[in-house]
Amino acid sequence: MQGLFYVSAAVAVLATALVVTRRNAAHALLYLVLSLAAVAGMFYALGAPLAAALEVIVYAGAIMVLFVFAVMVLALGREGERQESQWLRPRMWLGPAALAAVLLGELIYVLASGAAAVAGGTPVVVGPQEVGAALFGPYALGAELSSMLLLAGMVAAYHLARRKQMDEKEGER
Amino acid sequence: MNSVSPESGLVVAAVLFALGLGGVLARRNMLFVLMSIEIMLNAAALAMITAGARHHAADGQVMFMFILATAAAEVAVGLAIVLLIYRRRRTLDVDEAREMRG
Amino acid sequence: MLELLWLVPLAPLGGFLILAVARARLGRRAVATVGVGSAGVALAAAGAVAAGFFALPAAGRVYEQNLGTWISAGDLAARFVLHLDALALVMMAVVTLVGFLILLYSAESMAGDEGYARFFCYMNLFVASMLVLVLAGDLLLLYLGWEGVGLCSYLLIGFWYREPANARAAKKAFIVTRVGDAALLVGLLVLFTQMGTSDIGGLLARAAERWPTGSSVATLAALLLLAGAVGKSAQLPLQVWLPDAMAGPTPVSALIHAATMVTAGVYLLSRMHGLFALAPAAATVTAVIGAATLLLAGTSALVQRDLKRVLAYSTMSQVGYMFVALGVGAWGAAIFHFVTHAVFKSLLFLAAGAVIAALGEEHDLFKMGGLRQRLPLVFWTFLAGAASLAALPLVTAGFYSKEEILAAAWAGPAGGRWLWAAGAVGAAVTALYTGRMVFLVFFGTAKREPSQQPGWAMATVLVILAALSVSGWWLDPRWLLGGTEIAATLPVRLAGTAAALAGIVLAWYFYLRRPALAARVAQSRAGAALGRWWIGGWGFDWLYNFIFVRPYVWLTQLGRDELLDGPFRTLGRTLDLAHAGMSWTVTGRVRWYAAALAAGAIAAIAVAVWR
Repeated sequence: MQGLFYVSAAVAVLATALVVTRRNAAHALLYLVLSLAAVAGMFYALGAPLAAALEVIVYAGAIMVLFVFAVMVLALGREGERQESQWLRPRMWLGPAALAAVLLGELIYVLASGAAAVAGGTPVVVGPQEVGAALFGPYALGAELSSMLLLAGMVAAYHLARRKQMDEKEGER
Repeated sequence: MNSVSPESGLVVAAVLFALGLGGVLARRNMLFVLMSIEIMLNAAALAMITAGARHHAADGQVMFMFILATAAAEVAVGLAIVLLIYRRRRTLDVDEAREMRG
Repeated sequence: MLELLWLVPLAPLGGFLILAVARARLGRRAVATVGVGSAGVALAAAGAVAAGFFALPAAGRVYEQNLGTWISAGDLAARFVLHLDALALVMMAVVTLVGFLILLYSAESMAGDEGYARFFCYMNLFVASMLVLVLAGDLLLLYLGWEGVGLCSYLLIGFWYREPANARAAKKAFIVTRVGDAALLVGLLVLFTQMGTSDIGGLLARAAERWPTGSSVATLAALLLLAGAVGKSAQLPLQVWLPDAMAGPTPVSALIHAATMVTAGVYLLSRMHGLFALAPAAATVTAVIGAATLLLAGTSALVQRDLKRVLAYSTMSQVGYMFVALGVGAWGAAIFHFVTHAVFKSLLFLAAGAVIAALGEEHDLFKMGGLRQRLPLVFWTFLAGAASLAALPLVTAGFYSKEEILAAAWAGPAGGRWLWAAGAVGAAVTALYTGRMVFLVFFGTAKREPSQQPGWAMATVLVILAALSVSGWWLDPRWLLGGTEIAATLPVRLAGTAAALAGIVLAWYFYLRRPALAARVAQSRAGAALGRWWIGGWGFDWLYNFIFVRPYVWLTQLGRDELLDGPFRTLGRTLDLAHAGMSWTVTGRVRWYAAALAAGAIAAIAVAVWR
């Protein structure tokens, strides 16, 4: 299990770094799918098979399909790539990278300094049954709120699309 | 079964989060910004799962599901907005959308 | 019949509400019907209540009607309680009768005014407030009525508010009376905290039990009440507002600034006479204020050129008589004079209003003259009122009431020679300026032709009031009120009568027989100086302007842009700078905001870690 975890972690970090630095959106998307799949592997290694399955199905599957649609609709192509290379100059990414590095340093320092407190304990598999019992037991309210959030997201997306149609009509006129 | 120490999970989560943050800040293409946000959410989910595994509890996975729902809603709305902006302005530059300036 | 008592103040209040809500939709006839009719209902209800009152057994004729609780907080339990005793009955009768007659008169005299509905609206509110004031059985309710009449006085003095002078006069009246009102409120609170009740009857009973005669708390409370009464009744030193209050329409001057509101102070002191019996010092102060005011106002009335201002100073002077009577403990005589004064002074004002309207808004006495044949009805009724004011012996009501006050000043429980002498001189001066007024307006050569005669409503009102003015002694309410009989010797009474007669003869000689002589006296050096001094009411306006107004204005000028504004301006400038600094950060760039968020998170974590 340890081996799976560390391999998955290395893949995830590498793939993510590539996502952030790619110029072509389609390529970046493929690396992102890879990154998500690697994180799913880490979930499995941590004893959360249900989360691993959902990560693959919902994240790497459904959500990424949305991105693919978006990339296809936008059809950036070579023009977009040239633009990206213009935007991704060192002057542009040095500051943000430094900021992110500082944050990472802080987080790792915190983890290192608090290490003694959290050490120990072998991962035990927490199966779907327990997760379902917790989700619809003590977290029922949160589950309901999530469903409302999804509903709101759906309505908002539909509304934005409708506005688009109206704009087109106005353009025809 | 070899044990995975919780710290290593958290460290990976932190790395992923920092990478996502760098992407959000550095990229001007909205599509990449959205992807970077996905990465950050995913990193948070990883931290949750790690914490749940440390305590052998289902709560971490429940939190993961909430994050999943949030991410799904966010992507749906975010991509719709990106498409709308592209249709209006023919550009994906985040810095172009600055009507909210005070 | 007594149960109808609630209707007496509520009928005019209802009229006020109707007019206030619907005055834009009502025609003039409807406005007049509501405005006069509500006062008529109040009068009829007052009549019914009076009938019921006399049906009560003669001993202990008191009726109380509780309409509910107003304020209930801790010890304080103020009720909407109407208290009807002999004093309240007399006051109620005068207010409803005179109020009804004056409203009837106004229905005609104000007919051409664009603010017709507004006028009746305010007048009804005034009548309602005045009735609350006189019928209140609770000090707080009394104060409500007291402030209500003050508000209506303000509104009606400034009735023609487009004229800045009228608005200034209204403000002056309001502010000056407010000085007294504040003192009155403090006085009421002193009484309440000391006695633990705001019910007037209970309060007076407890005061008589707890406070020995001449105790300092009683004197303080009485003096504070006196200050309130002095403000409302335009006595020294708060008398300056009344002459300017003549800026309002003439019926307003008649009702508020002669017949009813300015005598509210007299009513208050009569109602609380038990308290003044405990505070002889305060009673003496009352008498001295009254005597000083009656002389000051009488001499000022001698030299005024404006007909209404003569009457205003005359009102102050007559209320001064009432204060003298209150001060010497003869409050019955004060109420008697209040009744007769309400009748003859409202008559004089209304007749003067008819004269002024007939001459096209001419107020100057010296531009009138010879109206005896041209306005006969007005002349005869005015003459009746003037005779009563001048205390023409035997026939006029004013003679009897003034004689009672002079007799009380001489022989009353706390009377004295000097008070009597002031009153007697005042009586002569009263007769003198009254005669001057009559002779200048109605005799001599005509300088201007009257353009209109009073119509039936005005004529009826004038005739009724004139009949009451010369009705002799039967307006005397003292058989009802009780109180001490005054046994003054005949020579004293004759001397007082002689003073009044002397004034009349002097007026006749000066202004009818030898007008040239009067003019020469007025133009001599001493006469001119006195005239200048008296026409401004003994220079009190100048004095107050110098003592209070100028320093206050100076202080406000000082504070206008130096003392207080500094900190606020600094605050404003700081905020401006801060805004400029902060608005720089609001770029509208999403990435900029995200970076700021990240930096903030980093800082927060850093603080949490390396605290």
